[in-house]
Amino acid sequence: VTMNDSRSLRLPALLSIGVALVVAGAALFLVSRASSGNPTFQDRARAVADGLRCPSCQDLAVADSPSRIAGQMRGEIARRLRAGQSEEEIRQFFVARYGQWILLSPGTGGLGFVAWVAPAVGLAGGIVVVWSLLRRRRRGEEALDARHEDAPTDAERARIARELAAMEEPG
Amino acid sequence: VTGRREEHETSADTGRAGDDRRWRVVALSLVPMVAIAALLGFGLGRDPTKLPNVLVGHRAPDFALRDLQTGRTLRLSDLRGHPVVLNFWASWCAECYTEHPDLTAAWREYGDRGVVFLGVLYQDSRGAARGFVGAQGQGWPTVVDPGGRTAIDYGVTGVPETVFVSSKGVIVHKEVGPSTYAGLRRSIDRMFRGAPT
Repeated sequence: VTMNDSRSLRLPALLSIGVALVVAGAALFLVSRASSGNPTFQDRARAVADGLRCPSCQDLAVADSPSRIAGQMRGEIARRLRAGQSEEEIRQFFVARYGQWILLSPGTGGLGFVAWVAPAVGLAGGIVVVWSLLRRRRRGEEALDARHEDAPTDAERARIARELAAMEEPG
Repeated sequence: VTGRREEHETSADTGRAGDDRRWRVVALSLVPMVAIAALLGFGLGRDPTKLPNVLVGHRAPDFALRDLQTGRTLRLSDLRGHPVVLNFWASWCAECYTEHPDLTAAWREYGDRGVVFLGVLYQDSRGAARGFVGAQGQGWPTVVDPGGRTAIDYGVTGVPETVFVSSKGVIVHKEVGPSTYAGLRRSIDRMFRGAPT
């Protein structure tokens, strides 16, 4: 692949990345608009139950589990919401009873912070690695091109051929 | 000829530099792999059903529940001054049958020494629970926990679970799974000392 080839490849690649970003942005916008507005009582209860782990089945959220204790926890959430507690207060109630384990997504403090930050750090690291690899490859290509510029011109080639021919000629 | 030798040296230099670079790439990619493997080893080596007892050292949540047999209301706060063994159980729970003789033995030994044994029925019908008590015998009372609110208050994830409350109303230990006689004795001794585990 010469330099000109990689330049001509860059435009379609940029275009497709641009299209993908526009589509993703539009989808995010639509989703956020669908879920915005005043959350109903059901929405709020569901939001809490979605973030809690079912104690007897562990791999399901309280909102999705058919187990009896999950049903009772949904009842407890509804009771506390009706009593005027906030969603965060209810979450903290369950954390005080079962520990951080009951939350399906880790908290932002302590070890939980690592879980939130690690993916971003990994992604940034990956981007740096790919970028430096690409840069190194391009440098290699440039060096190759530079060597091509050093290559003999047609006139020089003709002269070399002539001199070789003269050397091979006997006498 | 000299030109050719120079070219040889430079290519050897770039070869060495390439080797260094390759080793650096290998080392750099190994570090996160080893870190992730260590994390997995740590996480998978632990029993996922074993949960931290966050309630230990905290005040036992109070409750007012009805007795399975008499229907009278029983309050935990009325038992202040006595160490309490709170046993969450159900008639459908096989391990509750397993631990029952051990609980009975501990109750025989410590019941007269001021330790109150109290069963809390977990997700079971009164009829089935009375059947269990009739067949197995149970010298201590059991209260019914409609809606499981008390079970949730005590962070119960399943049965059997046994909570040990000191005479001052503080949780000193929580046993998840079937209790043994030796384990019960150990936890009750701790309760007498009032020391959380």
